[in-house]
Amino acid sequence: MAISVDDAVPGPVSRGSTRARRGNVGRARSAIEIALLAVLLGSSLFAVLWMLQTSVKTGQDIYAVPAKFLGFDVTLQHYKDVFVAPGGGRSDLSQSFLNSVVVAGSSTLLATLLGVPAAWAYSRFTLKAKKDQLFFILSTRFMPPVVVVIPVFLMYRELGLIDTRLGLVLIYTAFNLPFTIWMMKGFVDEVPSEYEDAAMLDGYTRLQAFRKFTLPLLVPGIAATAVFALIFSWNEFVYAIFLTSSQGVRTAPPAIAGLIGGTTVNWGLVAASAVVFALPVLVFAYLVRKHLVAGVTLGAVRR
Amino acid sequence: MTTSIDAPVEEAAALPPPPGRTPRLRDRGLAVAFISPAMLLLLGMSVFPLLWALYLSFTDYSATSSGPGSFVGFENYADVLTSSEVHTRALTTALFVAGAVALQTVLGFSIAYLISRRTRGRGLLTTLFLVPMMLSPVVVGLFWRFMLDAQFGVVNSLLVSLGLEPVEWLTQQRTALFSLILVDTWQWTPFIMLIALAGLTAVPKYLYEAASIDRASEWFRFRNITLPMVWPLLLIAVMFRAIEAFRQFDLVYVLTNGGPGVSTETLSFHVYKVAFLGFRTGAASAYGILMVLVVIVLAQLYLRYLNKLKEG
Repeated sequence: MAISVDDAVPGPVSRGSTRARRGNVGRARSAIEIALLAVLLGSSLFAVLWMLQTSVKTGQDIYAVPAKFLGFDVTLQHYKDVFVAPGGGRSDLSQSFLNSVVVAGSSTLLATLLGVPAAWAYSRFTLKAKKDQLFFILSTRFMPPVVVVIPVFLMYRELGLIDTRLGLVLIYTAFNLPFTIWMMKGFVDEVPSEYEDAAMLDGYTRLQAFRKFTLPLLVPGIAATAVFALIFSWNEFVYAIFLTSSQGVRTAPPAIAGLIGGTTVNWGLVAASAVVFALPVLVFAYLVRKHLVAGVTLGAVRR
Repeated sequence: MTTSIDAPVEEAAALPPPPGRTPRLRDRGLAVAFISPAMLLLLGMSVFPLLWALYLSFTDYSATSSGPGSFVGFENYADVLTSSEVHTRALTTALFVAGAVALQTVLGFSIAYLISRRTRGRGLLTTLFLVPMMLSPVVVGLFWRFMLDAQFGVVNSLLVSLGLEPVEWLTQQRTALFSLILVDTWQWTPFIMLIALAGLTAVPKYLYEAASIDRASEWFRFRNITLPMVWPLLLIAVMFRAIEAFRQFDLVYVLTNGGPGVSTETLSFHVYKVAFLGFRTGAASAYGILMVLVVIVLAQLYLRYLNKLKEG
């Protein structure tokens, strides 16, 4: 109230002083906010930096008490150990990374192949109980994996899919499918259906219209969706640990978790393999940063 | 582009679409052909296993025995619902979910609010804050296990250098659950932040301008413009996180393995022990079905709300 009176009365002195005071308050507040953000960011990224540091430290420095933040010897031995076995040749970890690439890649491909047409059909056609169908599809994704894995384990045992890459690919496809359909439906909705109508007036069939006119416009959306599906299967742990056991099949998450099973834990190796494991995810996530909100909410929230 | 548009015109002139066939009907066939493969896979990999679990939940089947197990009616359900072991885990789960989600919401919203007030460097800040969320829970769990180690962990090392007492983060009953909440919060605060930020940046500028013309106080603006505009989206994020926290297994498995004692055993972890360590498959199925019911209720709430938001 007082300020509005001040401003209403023309007077260069009083106005100048208010502005200066407000400017000071604003600057102080801004500084506090920046400091707060810095502290929060620091505590958030500290663990990541510590992981990076640990991965290049030597054995003694890793266990040093008090912890060494600076002045440690840098070694790349742990990274070498991730890929190369002690006696030479390929290490077990590198095999599991390869398995992860194969499993995540094929399940993403399958989910995209099945999900994109379904998303298009859900977007374009009037179907019976469409909303219920879509909600049903998304709710399968919310099932607790530990619960689902019990009957899936028994089912796979009957079908001989236990400890096979195919088994993992199938279950990963099933859990990426709801996401792919929801995410892609959003992208298809953004393409006007008039394009297809126009093409059909020109004599194309509906299918041709989809393939020649809508599909090319969907490519960026498909790429973003596939990248998220890739990240989800890459990071998946529960199905992997219960449905696979042998070295030749096991993916990276259970393999990395297995590093702490013994009596002594080589934390340098754990950190190095964690970095190697996380790096592609961070790069991919950066590539799809525009779609992150939709991606992490399984396509449910779009902005 | 020109050729692709020209071509159909010529084609259409030469070959007009055959009359008599209703496009509606063909659309229907196309829709079925496009949707059914996806639906079949979901039915086979998600619905069928759950139905199988439902069947097993009425038997005393064990995955290690060869027999099919005999029918026991609702005995498994009664056992699970009356077991004090399960009650303890339910309480632990409730504490974990409530604690983690509350902390994440407060922190995530605060960070989003602070970022939204910056004019420069928003993109970079957001990207940096998001890093923990993209990591696999296994990596997160392993790493915090290392950092929270009572002897050589860096967290205690920092505490000591600040003149504080070291804490037995993961080896004491009371602190272990707290540590679990802390690590989950570390990983998932960015999730709430991301959604809240989407809401905050979507608030139309003219609202704030109108408020500043009216000389509304900062608090008034926050209370009457920012919060109501962001709240619907924030609630979506909170419900999403609650479901995820309820399902959480990876982090418990890697960080504390349920211990010390059973102090960090959540329902997800306990059902795993019953199924894969106790081999009481029938009982575990009943346990699992009950958990699925909880998730279905939560997911329904979430989806209803989402639907309302989309229509409104």
